[in-house]
Amino acid sequence: MGGYIIKRVASAIVTIFAVATITFFLMFLVPGGPFLAEKAPSPQTLEALEKKYGLDQPVTVQYINYMKRLVLKLDLGTSLKKRGQEVNDIIRVRFPVSAKLGGIAVLTAVCLGIPLGSIAALNREKWLDRTIMAIATVGNAIPSFVVATVLMYVCGVVLRILPTLGLTSPAHYVLPVISLSFYPTAYIARLTRTSMLDVLGQDYMRTAKAKGLSRFKSLFKHALRNAVLPVVTYLGPLLAFIMTGNFVVERIFTIPGLGSEFISSITDRDYPLIMGTTIFLATLLIVLNVIVDIAYKIIDPRIKLK
Amino acid sequence: MSKTLLDINNLKVSFFTPAGEVKAINDISIRMEEGDVLGIVGESGSGKSVTAYSIMGLIPYPGRIVSGTIEFNGHKIHEMTEKELQDIRGNEVSIIFQDPMTSLNPVYTVGNQIQEVLFLHTKMDKKQAYERSLELLSLVGINEPERRLKQYPHELSGGMRQRVMIAIALACEPKLLIADEPTTALDVTIQAQILELMMELKKKINMSIILITHDLGIVASMCDKIAVMYAGKIVESGTADDIFYNPQHEYTKGLLKSIPKLNKKEHEKLVPIKGVPVDMLNPPAGCPFAPRCDSCMKICLRKMPEYTNISDKHICACWLLQKKGYEAATGGDR
Amino acid sequence: MSDKRNPLSFQLDVSDFLPADESEKQSLVVMRESVSFWKDGFRRLRKNKVAMVSLAVIIFIMIFAFILPAFYPYSYEQQIRGSENLGIMQYSKEELARKAAGEKVFPHFLGTDSLGRDITVRLMMGSRISLLVGLVASAIILVIGSTYGAISGYFGGKIDMIMMRIVDIIYTVPDILIIILFSVTLKYPLKDLAANVKGFAWIETVGVGLISIFIVFSLLYWVGMARIVRGQILSLKEQDYVTAAKALGASHGRIIRKHLLTNAIGPLIVTTTLQIPSAIFTESFLSFIGLGVSAPMPSLGSMASQALNGIRSYPHRLMAPAIMISIIILSFNLLGDGLRDAFDPKLKD
Repeated sequence: MGGYIIKRVASAIVTIFAVATITFFLMFLVPGGPFLAEKAPSPQTLEALEKKYGLDQPVTVQYINYMKRLVLKLDLGTSLKKRGQEVNDIIRVRFPVSAKLGGIAVLTAVCLGIPLGSIAALNREKWLDRTIMAIATVGNAIPSFVVATVLMYVCGVVLRILPTLGLTSPAHYVLPVISLSFYPTAYIARLTRTSMLDVLGQDYMRTAKAKGLSRFKSLFKHALRNAVLPVVTYLGPLLAFIMTGNFVVERIFTIPGLGSEFISSITDRDYPLIMGTTIFLATLLIVLNVIVDIAYKIIDPRIKLK
Repeated sequence: MSKTLLDINNLKVSFFTPAGEVKAINDISIRMEEGDVLGIVGESGSGKSVTAYSIMGLIPYPGRIVSGTIEFNGHKIHEMTEKELQDIRGNEVSIIFQDPMTSLNPVYTVGNQIQEVLFLHTKMDKKQAYERSLELLSLVGINEPERRLKQYPHELSGGMRQRVMIAIALACEPKLLIADEPTTALDVTIQAQILELMMELKKKINMSIILITHDLGIVASMCDKIAVMYAGKIVESGTADDIFYNPQHEYTKGLLKSIPKLNKKEHEKLVPIKGVPVDMLNPPAGCPFAPRCDSCMKICLRKMPEYTNISDKHICACWLLQKKGYEAATGGDR
Repeated sequence: MSDKRNPLSFQLDVSDFLPADESEKQSLVVMRESVSFWKDGFRRLRKNKVAMVSLAVIIFIMIFAFILPAFYPYSYEQQIRGSENLGIMQYSKEELARKAAGEKVFPHFLGTDSLGRDITVRLMMGSRISLLVGLVASAIILVIGSTYGAISGYFGGKIDMIMMRIVDIIYTVPDILIIILFSVTLKYPLKDLAANVKGFAWIETVGVGLISIFIVFSLLYWVGMARIVRGQILSLKEQDYVTAAKALGASHGRIIRKHLLTNAIGPLIVTTTLQIPSAIFTESFLSFIGLGVSAPMPSLGSMASQALNGIRSYPHRLMAPAIMISIIILSFNLLGDGLRDAFDPKLKD
């Protein structure tokens, strides 16, 4: 177990390092380098700025300096458009908002998707199954920005039953959470249905029945645990999906989270902020994925821990 | 005379698939006394496993009993509810499946899966169940039972897992143990061990066994009675001696010819049975074996033969036997 | 066993006991018609109503996106003065005057946007972008992924290990973030390339945004395909016909092409078809956050994004691209599912 964790963490560090490097060099493709906007300032200011940010030095030196700051001080730099604001501070303020929203959405997707998928599998080819699967199939075809905008129009503009701006009361969470969790819920339902049907056909389910277990008991004890294993492997992509979903959903519902900040930093071409946020979110995702992987190994005893 | 344990009469089981009705079991009758070891032999698709599942009320969807009765140990299986069946399964009648690799749930320990059946059918507490599961593992010849109880199925070898399956099956000392090709998925050396173990345990706890297999060699050494199944019908049944030394049905003869024997002379070739089994979706009106039978007659294609009693326990359904009787009755001038 | 007694029946005809001949015996054996893999697959696909309807919808949308704009009286960038912000089927004053004068004026089915551009034709062009991205990106992914996976799986050993380690690393990279990053930055060097290097002017014609989307997708998304192909090859490699081909002295390239890829083609088709909607998904996301194709070229995502501001007065501007994108993705998903059921029943979800 320990060995596996060490190996997994080591490879995660390599990936994070690679992402940071790619980010740095990609930003170099931007005219004037990562710390300057597109508009050309006067030569004097340019020189001063270049000195300040160390842009007059060779690429390798800049890269080393950048990595040093990143690794030793966990310093993601300073925002270009919001003068004087540290990227770290922006993340510290904005991220908890996004994390709370995303967390609720993840929970919703898992808590709805697994039961729906199981119900569908147990009622295979009956109307309940067909209904759930029809909704899930459609749900898997609608991007979250479509769900969000349509919900906003229908519930916020036409019916006026739910607030659509900000995130100040529990009611404010309803529409963003539905928008974020609609697709993953549908996906998890389909995934659970497939794996549940697979599990139900397994020999050990027959064994359970032959032992004299009731249908209910054999489902809960023997089927469910095996059926949710694939869902655990989906948790990684789910987190990534919720994160990107956050970008658009926060923008649409004007939620002051890291997602909407990230989108406006792209629109503003605020390169240090884009860079910092990317590295932060990438690290977060990679770390979460490592945790999910380790959790999976613990749940499924078949996989030998190296 | 000993007590009748199992009495199956004119059982018909069909699977109602979208493509049509598949008559998996087409009118079979079986009778077993307490302590008997019955072998059911046949190739895949002949209905031998479905016969076993019927006894436990375990016929998988979309199959069901169309007609006939199954009486086991005083219970009328064919009219019992699911709830009543649950009390019998794993308790009075147990089953071991073909593939021990997949028959145990991969995410629970061996101990958990043995104790589960004990909690279900007995009033044991945790400690008693633990003691009993240790005892069972020793009984089926697993060493270091304490350690094994904590292991997961994938950590055990195939033979070991089949022993665990047997331990689960025997946990409540059933009257009848159904072994559905228990050794097919195992190595030959392990096969012998498992079979020996089953026979040993049979004596210890005095149960009956139904052994389902396509391997005639196995039934020869173990079974008192043998039923040969083909395409959902029992074509011949009798004692082991009847079947091996006096086979009557052409299919039984074919089966015997197709097994290798050590005492055969070298130049004697193995003779495989030609052709393939019939399509169970459209079973022929006559004898299902007719298309593959070397001695096939015109009537064989049209009509299913009735059983002929060769001796007290030996019966066979074949027109050749009917023909013999007919010739005898008409003076044998043909 | 059965103790049913059978009294011999004497009504039997003697001729019944004559041996039956082979043909009589054979008539009893019902042989199911044997069909080839492809024939069987297509038959199953044709029977699948949902998949066939999806295919029809896709063809319809393709006509709508690729052919109709050429015959349409308005163009996607044309700003009709005086016709700004028209509603569904509305005409501007000027157009009404022309109509009154007996002139035929082509209606704006979905109205116009704030710059006076006809939304119907923009919807067509937006769908064209979505389909292009889906099809081209999937084709690129198919080529890169299957080549990489085939090589890795076929040679095995150290080569496989190193190649798969690379795949693993790319797999763990959070793709969407890197895609955003590439989309933000790639257009500068691409613009440079188009402007300064001869022979690359076509980049400007296709559009820098579109090209960078293709590059980004092909850089990151092929790994899934590579894994699937490798898995297929690994299992196929063990088949006897490959050993036979090797024994006959066939070259590596020939074995990969002739024996392995042809047999892996079922899962390849399915995976590629299912790749199309996911590429469209990502493209619409990117253009929604303002990173897709550059204006004035519309994309369904950017149309929805722009419509957000006028959502109270002009909800149809949002609904049209939203419904369109959902229908496109849904159709491809369902077609992909149908193909999977028809050609590769093993590869479920």
